[in-house]
Amino acid sequence: MIRHILPLAIAGLVATSAMADTMKLAVTTSFENSGLADVLLPAIKADTDIEVQLLVVGTGQAIRLGEAGDVDAILVHSKAAEQKFVEAGYGTHRREIMYNDFILVGPSSDPAGIAGAEKAAEAMADIAESQAPFVSRGDDSGTHKAELTLWSAAGLKPATFGDWYNAVGAGMGAALNTAAGLNAYIMADRASWLNFGNKADLALLFSGDPILFNQYAFLPVNPEKHPHVRNDLAVQLETWLTSDSAKGLIDGYTINGETLFVFNAKPE
Amino acid sequence: MNDIFEGLAAALGLIVALDPDLIEISARSLQVSLTALVIACALAIPLGTWLAVQRFRHRRTVIAVLNALMGLPPVVVGLIVYILLSRSGPFGVLGLLFTPTAMAIAQVIIITPLIASITHQAMRDLWADYHDLLISLNTTKWQRVRTLIVDGRRNLLTAALAGFGRAIGEVGAIMIVGGNIDHATRVLTTAIALETGKGDFALALGLGFVLIALALLVNIAIHALSRTESEGRW
Repeated sequence: MIRHILPLAIAGLVATSAMADTMKLAVTTSFENSGLADVLLPAIKADTDIEVQLLVVGTGQAIRLGEAGDVDAILVHSKAAEQKFVEAGYGTHRREIMYNDFILVGPSSDPAGIAGAEKAAEAMADIAESQAPFVSRGDDSGTHKAELTLWSAAGLKPATFGDWYNAVGAGMGAALNTAAGLNAYIMADRASWLNFGNKADLALLFSGDPILFNQYAFLPVNPEKHPHVRNDLAVQLETWLTSDSAKGLIDGYTINGETLFVFNAKPE
Repeated sequence: MNDIFEGLAAALGLIVALDPDLIEISARSLQVSLTALVIACALAIPLGTWLAVQRFRHRRTVIAVLNALMGLPPVVVGLIVYILLSRSGPFGVLGLLFTPTAMAIAQVIIITPLIASITHQAMRDLWADYHDLLISLNTTKWQRVRTLIVDGRRNLLTAALAGFGRAIGEVGAIMIVGGNIDHATRVLTTAIALETGKGDFALALGLGFVLIALALLVNIAIHALSRTESEGRW
């Protein structure tokens, strides 16, 4: 029996070698969960003939993948980490592409009363004061870092919080599932929230403060560090992502009539 | 509870419509796990049988280690395989990371101890029966191992199916080394994790039912092909 199967197994291994003109792009879960990728990838394939393979991970892991040279470019949203990535020579440069925004979601009864808050930091302080359950991504992702920025803007330290603060260490979708289960407050990006199927009793309670804007940037991996990366394809992809056809698709992408992303790439 | 019925409906819908994405990821699941199974069996069955036949100084330690490795956490295996295959790792030049090959390698590491351990347990009992006969016939070590493998094939089937079950249902390791790339390394389990993350429980469950049905089909097919439960001691 094994004599017959073994050649098949070997054929199975060989059949998996890579094709021409495919590049690997590490993106954040919030980008993939928004559904924008399903719109952009076919257009990229049609216009440039590049097949972009997406690795959907948190910003922290995306940067690690870029540092190791396991992907050709990254598309993430955490400015400080991105600048460090470029300064250390792992990326050739950082190009801003678009932004979306973060929102605060919570139980529709709003026990902490954040719906009437003026500023995002004020809303966070209200949650901490009421000690209503709060779910944090806790995974060093861009969204998690943005949440930590908000806590420090409110003058609070998550390390000192009690049982009501749940750091789940998971992606956006999994964290939203946990929040739905606990009927807890959570900070999410708008795109993931609108696309999320298991809302339970949660509702969008606070948004619109400029501190909540979330800038996405494209960073090609430096071919001087990793000669095997397809920098030519990464450059082509960047040209496309900053083109008018990308602008049309990104600005025109809506869920339930709501615009999710705003294109803001500047011409070079 | 409603979600479960919606999941069943979603599974039926996907199967009836012969959804091309579903066929693609199901085929990839089978390709990766069956490849891993064949390689793992080729390593583990001779190893497990040899451990039953051979006596040497640290045999007990080796068997204890093998048994402990049955509980190897897939996430850790995934992370180690990732570090080895990463472009900055020792095998980076092969460019295997984020390919089905990398996923098969991780699964081989996960299921080989399991298959070897079950093989060893079964062969130890069989060896007790065959010991006097094979020794008196003055057989070589290799002939004894071969005889045991041929006559114990029913037990080996159980070992192989246990390995297959662990491989096809595994998600932690292949998520890390495969990356869950659409049309490249997405398989049933990673697709289920993805849909759960999107909160689409019906589709996730639907894929789950397809996975269970697939495992069942493979088991039935292997039993039918090897004509078990139909003759003598079998």
